[in-house]
Amino acid sequence: MNAPAPRASLTALPETSFSVPGMRCAGCISKLETSLPMASGIAAARVNFTAKRVSISHLPETTIPEIQRAIAKLGFESQPIADNLVAPTGEDSRELLKAMAVSGFAMMNIMLLSVSVWSGAEGGTRDLFHWISALIALPTIAYSGRPFFRSAWAALRHGRTNMDVPISIGVTLATALSLFETFTGGAHAYFDGAVMLLFFLLTGRWLDSVMRDRARDGVTALLKNRAAGALVITTDGSSEWLASDKLKTDMVMLVAAGERLAADGEIVKGASRFDLSLLTGESAPAAMAIGDTVHAGTLNLDGPVEVRITAAGATTALADIARLMEDAAQSKSRYVRVADRAARYYAPAVHTLALSSFVGWMLMGAGWHQSLLIAVAVLIITCPCALGLAVPAAQIVAAGVLMKKGILVKDGSALERLAEVDRALFDKTGTLTMGQPEPVNLGELSAEQKSVALALARASRHPLSQGLRRALEREGVKAVALDHLEEIPGEGVKALWGLQEVRLGRTDAGEAGASLGVSLDVGDASATVLRFEDAMRPAAEATIEQLAKLGIESSIASGDRAEAVAPVARALGLTAQTGMQPQDKLDTIARLASGGQKVLMIGDGLNDGPALAAGYASLAPASASDAGQNAADAVFLGDSLAPVAQAVEVARATQRIVRQNFALAIGYNVIAVPLAIMGLVTPLIAALAMSGSSLIVVGNAIRLKAITK
Amino acid sequence: MTGILFLIPIAIGLGLLGLVGFFWSLKSGQFDDMDGAALRILIDDDGPGDD
Repeated sequence: MNAPAPRASLTALPETSFSVPGMRCAGCISKLETSLPMASGIAAARVNFTAKRVSISHLPETTIPEIQRAIAKLGFESQPIADNLVAPTGEDSRELLKAMAVSGFAMMNIMLLSVSVWSGAEGGTRDLFHWISALIALPTIAYSGRPFFRSAWAALRHGRTNMDVPISIGVTLATALSLFETFTGGAHAYFDGAVMLLFFLLTGRWLDSVMRDRARDGVTALLKNRAAGALVITTDGSSEWLASDKLKTDMVMLVAAGERLAADGEIVKGASRFDLSLLTGESAPAAMAIGDTVHAGTLNLDGPVEVRITAAGATTALADIARLMEDAAQSKSRYVRVADRAARYYAPAVHTLALSSFVGWMLMGAGWHQSLLIAVAVLIITCPCALGLAVPAAQIVAAGVLMKKGILVKDGSALERLAEVDRALFDKTGTLTMGQPEPVNLGELSAEQKSVALALARASRHPLSQGLRRALEREGVKAVALDHLEEIPGEGVKALWGLQEVRLGRTDAGEAGASLGVSLDVGDASATVLRFEDAMRPAAEATIEQLAKLGIESSIASGDRAEAVAPVARALGLTAQTGMQPQDKLDTIARLASGGQKVLMIGDGLNDGPALAAGYASLAPASASDAGQNAADAVFLGDSLAPVAQAVEVARATQRIVRQNFALAIGYNVIAVPLAIMGLVTPLIAALAMSGSSLIVVGNAIRLKAITK
Repeated sequence: MTGILFLIPIAIGLGLLGLVGFFWSLKSGQFDDMDGAALRILIDDDGPGDD
């Protein structure tokens, strides 16, 4: 194969994974893998393109920011991924895939032997073929059946029942009876049916698990605040980068403009404004000076400050929110998946049917052997083969469709819950609005000023500069060339443009309420003040309308002040609750839920985390805090709010297909079960019916692709 | 009839070989990065740093 994967020969080196969402082509892979090891301190780099991830083995003294800089030099943004997030991905899918491969292999071999039996093999040949089938089937069922046996046992032990109970009973009984038939030289062995059942069901399970992995990889690639750290000033005056879990109280951290705080603390040097929106939902930045308390998760806007840590890790204000979130998430785990709800009725019905046909035939004097044979045929026929595929097949197609639209749904249960919501609760800052400052009076600038502004804004990582740069680049403005470019922390950027001095920097004029200002000076002409506001997300209004059409009433639940929420609420025609603490949002959801409503929570901030976990279903934008993305059922990419309505629409279409699939599966049973009870079903008919109904169900699921286009 | 006694074990053995091959490829990580594998074929490997 071309380009063999480079492997680190020294396994002792520490390895860190980085998420690199920007890699899109083969060139990116080779660039990262060949160029990174040339940077000092990096031994090897290995790209996983599917997960958009690169694992780097590096010298122990190489720090995370150094590696990030090396990756940035190649033109990629990257975020370190905490170890605990990387490990579990794909383990379940792999186990299921192995079980599926084994059952697939066994199914084909047994089927080959069964075809000979069906086509008339008799006597010794038939017995020999049954024996070989048994030799293949027994280890296969012991190995591939484990996921079902384990889950069925767990359910029974807790006095519940799920889809796996009838499956396990059916497979076990069919195998036991077939073994008996084999020993006694009987005509009918159901090894093929039992193994085929496992194969189809494992396919469904595996699809379900692959879908979860794919979404989890996608969400992990978006996480950004996690595994953060801070530049800590050591006693000898030098500075050292420490990961956030290594931070201790009384350390002093240096926080540059544009950085998020990794711990709670008190400012000991410098003054700046802080963006609290992720933590509290407030859109207006708060000015903080020496002695003020600042919290982890807030963003430093203006200048560098030194912060003495008062609380780190589990003791920060964030930890309180995390505790709330944990409690709230429990309500969601009580949700019972559609397939398991169906199983509640299905399992008892099937078992009664099998038992009564056994008793019925016994009463009619058929002898216990024949009666048992018929009962097992009923069990095999009714085993929820199509049911087990009906749900995951539809859901994986839906997840694929949604992923193309930029919506990552975390699992099948999320899709089911999304389809049922009838009330929407929106956070304001960062959800209905972009959560990023956007210039609102660009029209006042001349073309020349715009070009200068872009050149200056590009030189700074300050959030206002970034917002200005984005807006100007959208307009297609070309930057001028500048000399002596210099950024003065807390003041702004200045440079020489030809002979004139130009400056983009802080101003005290023109700031009112939630809006921020920046002044642009070109030469000696009077300064222009650019005002910044948090702009509404595109398609917000259309989305609210679309939701209303779907029968979902929306309202706003914001942590911001009433004056800041009012304009947004008016523009969208929504009612709003303001100044809400995380606990208040939880209470609102609980109140709506007790009124029988199923709440869809859409939010982004850390303060929305508990509400996102508590909502019947929840969505978060990709710009959301990590806590928000982790708590939400689905994450949507891009600026537009349109995916919110699309997600609900696709989820509902999926639910329709699932119901159709259930109807198909039941319809098949209505025809097949009477035949089985009458004793007309041979292993051949069972095999045909099973694969036929599975194919129909999968075919119907694929139709979803066309419906949701 | 005696042919079957040889053919069936051979057939199952060949199938098993495929199964073992699949397990091996799964274990050696060939299914970890499906999209990446499709792209790596496009990378020239004339040695590092030639771009």
